[in-house]
Amino acid sequence: MQPKTFQKIDRFARDLPAEVHATVYDGSKSTSEKRYDVLWRDFPETADVLRETAGQIKQHTLEHLDQYLEQAEKSLTANGAQVHFAGDGDRANQIALELMQKHGAKKLVKSKSMVTEETHLVPFLEKNGIECVETDLGEFIVQIDNDHPSHIVKPIMHKNRRQIARSFEREGLGAYNDDPETITRRARVHLRKKYFEADVAVTGANFVSAESGRIVLVTNEGNARFCMAATKLHIAIVGIEKLVPRDKDLGLFLNLIGRSGTGQQLTVYTQFIAGPKRAEQPDGPEEMHVIFVDNKRTDVLASECREILRCIRCGACLNVCPVYRQASGHAYRSVYPGPVGAVLSPLLAADKFPELADLPKASSLCGACNEVCPVNIPIPDLLLRLRDKGKREGAKNAAAGTPPMGMYAMMASQPSAWKAAMKIGYAVNVTPQAMMNVVPAAQAWTSVRQLPKWRGGKFRDWMKKKESE
Amino acid sequence: MQTAMSDDRTQIFSRIKTALAPLPQRAALPNYARELPICRAHPEFSELWELFSHKAKQVNGTPLVGLATLGSWLHEKKQTHGYCDRALAERLRAMPEFEGITLETEFDRGRFDDFAFGITLAAGVIAETGSLILKDESTSARLGALAPWTHAAIVDPATIYPDTVTALENLGSDPSVIWATGPSKTADVEGILIEGVHGPGVQIVCLDA
Ligand code: SF4
Repeated sequence: MQPKTFQKIDRFARDLPAEVHATVYDGSKSTSEKRYDVLWRDFPETADVLRETAGQIKQHTLEHLDQYLEQAEKSLTANGAQVHFAGDGDRANQIALELMQKHGAKKLVKSKSMVTEETHLVPFLEKNGIECVETDLGEFIVQIDNDHPSHIVKPIMHKNRRQIARSFEREGLGAYNDDPETITRRARVHLRKKYFEADVAVTGANFVSAESGRIVLVTNEGNARFCMAATKLHIAIVGIEKLVPRDKDLGLFLNLIGRSGTGQQLTVYTQFIAGPKRAEQPDGPEEMHVIFVDNKRTDVLASECREILRCIRCGACLNVCPVYRQASGHAYRSVYPGPVGAVLSPLLAADKFPELADLPKASSLCGACNEVCPVNIPIPDLLLRLRDKGKREGAKNAAAGTPPMGMYAMMASQPSAWKAAMKIGYAVNVTPQAMMNVVPAAQAWTSVRQLPKWRGGKFRDWMKKKESE
Repeated sequence: MQTAMSDDRTQIFSRIKTALAPLPQRAALPNYARELPICRAHPEFSELWELFSHKAKQVNGTPLVGLATLGSWLHEKKQTHGYCDRALAERLRAMPEFEGITLETEFDRGRFDDFAFGITLAAGVIAETGSLILKDESTSARLGALAPWTHAAIVDPATIYPDTVTALENLGSDPSVIWATGPSKTADVEGILIEGVHGPGVQIVCLDA
């Protein structure tokens, strides 16, 4: 029998097919180990100084965001880019659509961007007659499967090669073949045509330098570079928190993001984009647009969890998290999974916060996420603040799986009740476990835990004896 | 659209200001040493090119010295038809090692599969990371450096930057600066490393010594 008070995420973990669990567990564990080895091999004495400094730079930027956003707008404009602002996801999608319609664009190629997952850009554009193709291999597979990414860096961490081979076969990309090299070559051939047919490239941005207006994009596959070589119109959709003050600061972030995300010293393609292509250059966008998106980020900035906006989406906290490894990304029921998602998703949900109020509880507070975070976000502290918020706002999900503490509070504040309870406690030693499981609130705990033998009340006796000695 | 957008702009800025107003103080921008992000955990080399080669090989890049070596490499791999930057083509065609190799100086996107290789001019390399630097100003065609299976970037020995910090200080005013560190790759399928996803499967950096 499953206890009624199981948390939602426990159910996801329980129902995760063994095959998926193994894939996610191995993938996240090996990436995490690689991260550790590479970061500490390369910066044996200063790895933590790098993380802390990067965190301070981001915190400073956030706490002066109005200033830096205005500076970025000026620099981008000076570079020849056109800057737009979108208060929410719908506005961002609408602006992108209008730009495409103005150019008569019918086909777009897209590189990975988490903010467009938030705004549901692709379904929106498809409904409006634009063909959209995700070009990151993982995102492409997510797209043909009508699935959702389960990881912010490795979107198909939950799929194995056999599932992918079946999807390729179904999509007419060749007879069943689950060799990863064959899968990759087939995607190369298929997507190549898409790049050359496309009119517009949509990207995100990993960083935006306020000083120079440079947009920095990092990929390993070179897909963002291909988008920017084959098309004539570039639209970058960017969360307002992506800013860094100066080009110089990029040195820290670029050296951290590759090592933290995938254990690489640098990602393969690091692009610094400062406006449309040069006139003499035959390839690439003649027009560049940047859409800065708020979509509840200013609410997060106003909250006591604003530190989460430092996040550079490296995925290290997911890979190291014991809960993520058991439950996989879909268990978080939102765009951002793992420890970062347990903080960010309920906050971005705004009015729907109660629905996700259980996520901050999906953590043992072991602190590993904080230790690996390249911008040193105190995720466990933020989780505690959100648990508190959930309780204060009376969100039902925030209490799931927690035995009520009212009885305990009464006893702990009245000495006579406490003494009596200590005596009664011995009854537990002779009560069969099955009988205790009748109490639903106790079930969540006792069904998966063995109670130790009751030995309560001894401390007072010992103390009395000590005093009389 | 214009008015709606400027409304969004005004709103975002005022929301940011309101969010930050209650903070008793604002975090300062930290001062940190210029050298902080530079990785020194590698063997000592007397020449920057040596360090570059060491690092490039770690990411499966292919460092070569001399244009003649590049010609021989292409023959060895039977890659005899490709794209070449106009500024280099004449020089290469005159070399015996390039005999029998066809160099086209336009990248025709209608025949993108015809080009086995692309030869372009690098704007420099970064020794610390084994990266090559491409800029719009020096790269004759973005696609020529990206679409063919083999990309060979020719680098002038005067443009070897020691580290990422120095390379960042030299971004200049180019609208498109790319650092490419080894061949294009993915580990999306079960974490298995496969090279040549969208971009080159072979990334050659050839020192024009
Ligand atoms: S919270 Fe930190 S570790 Fe997690 S994805 Fe963001 S930057 Fe990476």
